[in-house]
Amino acid sequence: MLSIRSISDVSRSSMDPLERLKDLAVSDRGFVFDPHTGATFSVNPSGLVVLRGLQEGLPRARIASLLEASFETARADLGRDVDEFVSMLRGQGIVPGGFHA
Amino acid sequence: MRRPTQRRLTVALSGLNATDNPGPGLAVSRALRLHPDFAGRIVGLVYDALEPGVYARQLVDDVFLLPYPSQGLEAFEARLRHVHARVGLDVVIPNLDSELPLFVALAPVLDELGIGRFLPSAEQLELRSKAHLESLGRAAGIAVPGTMIVSSAADVRIAFQRLGAPLFVKGPFYGAERACSVDEGIAAFHRMVARWGLPALAQVEVRGDEVDVVAVGDGAGGLVGAVPMKKMLLTDKGKGWAGVAIGDERVLELTRRFMQVTRWRGPCEVELIRDRAGDYHLLEVNPRFPAWCYMSAGAGQNLPWAVLERAAGLPLSPIEPYRVGTMFMRMSLDHIVDLHDFERMATDGEIVQEAPAGPPSPEAAREAQAGSAP
Repeated sequence: MLSIRSISDVSRSSMDPLERLKDLAVSDRGFVFDPHTGATFSVNPSGLVVLRGLQEGLPRARIASLLEASFETARADLGRDVDEFVSMLRGQGIVPGGFHA
Repeated sequence: MRRPTQRRLTVALSGLNATDNPGPGLAVSRALRLHPDFAGRIVGLVYDALEPGVYARQLVDDVFLLPYPSQGLEAFEARLRHVHARVGLDVVIPNLDSELPLFVALAPVLDELGIGRFLPSAEQLELRSKAHLESLGRAAGIAVPGTMIVSSAADVRIAFQRLGAPLFVKGPFYGAERACSVDEGIAAFHRMVARWGLPALAQVEVRGDEVDVVAVGDGAGGLVGAVPMKKMLLTDKGKGWAGVAIGDERVLELTRRFMQVTRWRGPCEVELIRDRAGDYHLLEVNPRFPAWCYMSAGAGQNLPWAVLERAAGLPLSPIEPYRVGTMFMRMSLDHIVDLHDFERMATDGEIVQEAPAGPPSPEAAREAQAGSAP
C-alpha cells in the first residue's frame, strides 16, 4: 500500500537529503513516488531493502548486513551495491551530489 | 447527506469546449457540483452550438450562445442582459482568456444587475500578460526564459539573433509553436498572428518537466489556495492529459510571490518548467482556471468552490490541505445527444429548462461525478 502524505506533512525543505528520502512514498512491491517532483519509479526487492534502510538513516554497513540477511548472500561487495544504488538516486536528483549512505 | 446552502445560486460558466484542447468550464461545473453545499443551477455561456459541453446536461442546466468577444462590448452586454432576464444570474465565472477583458470592462453593468464575480482588475490582467512576463518575473524574483515581443518578420529575425534557437512563437492569448530556424519562426509568426492577432512573442525553449499550478489569489496579495501538478502525459498540442499533484514547497512559494506582486484576485494557472538542475522557470500565467482544475476538488481543495463563495459573498469555508499524489487522467467518451437540443441551439441560441433546476438526483450526481468531462 502506498502511503502518501498530505501537503502539510511533506517536508518543507526539499534540500535536506534525509527528509527528502523520508518523503518518498514506497509500496511493499517497490513502487516509489517522489512527492516533490511527481516522478514515479520501481525498485527490485534488494533496492527496496536499501531504500528503506536509507529512509531510516541507517549507515552503509548496516544496510549491507540487511541485504546479506534478506537474500542469504555473503558477497563481500554488498557495500558497493549500496553505493551504486545511492549513485542512482543521485542521478535521479533524489539525493544531492555529496550524499553518501 | 447534502447540506442546504444558504442561497440557491444560479452560476454562469463559460469555456464549455471539451475537445482535445478543452476549456475549463465543465471541470469548474463538476467541482461545484461535487461540493456538498452546492444546490444551485449551472448556466453555460458558449460561442458555438457545437461546443460539446452544451450537451453535457448532467453538468449544465441551461445554455446560451454568446456573440464572440470580437463583436464588441455592446453586443456582449446586450446578450448578458438577455441571459440575466431569462434565468437570473447570481454569479459569473468566466473561463476564457479572450473574454476576460469584456467581463472586467462590464463591471458597472454586472454590479447593476447584481451579478457577483471574483475577477482580477484590468491592471492585474495586464501585469501577467505575456508581453510583461519578464518584468513580472523580475519583480517577483522568478526566473523567466528570455522573451521578446515580435510584431513583424524582421522582429522574428532579431529574436533568433538575440535569443538563439530553438524558440517558441506564442500568440497573445493562446497558441505556441516551436521553431528551430528563422524561416520556421517567420512561418509560425504569420500563423499565430492570423489566428490570434498581435502582439506575438518569441520565447527561449527551456527543457524539463512541466509543472502547472491552479491557484486563487485573494486580491490583497495573499494566496487563497493552490495545487501544483506535474504533467504525466501530453497531447500532441502539449496539453496535459494526465497529471499528479506534487508537494514541492518551492512551487508554492513562487505562486505566493506572484500573488504578492500582482495582488491577484481570482483564479489563475501558473505554468512553470523545472529544468534538469531542478530550478523553476515561469512560462506564463493564465488568468483563469485551467481545464484540469477538477483535480483540485479531487485532491481535497475545491478551488472553484472557493471562488464561488467569494463571488457570491457566502461565508468562507476553511481551505483544506490537498492530497499529494492525487492523479487525474482525462478520457474521451461519446455522449448521445438529442437532436432537438442541437436544433434549439442552432435556431434559438439557447436551451432553458422549463422549471428551475433543483438539486440533482442521487443518480444525476453520481453520473456527474463519473462524467467524461475534463
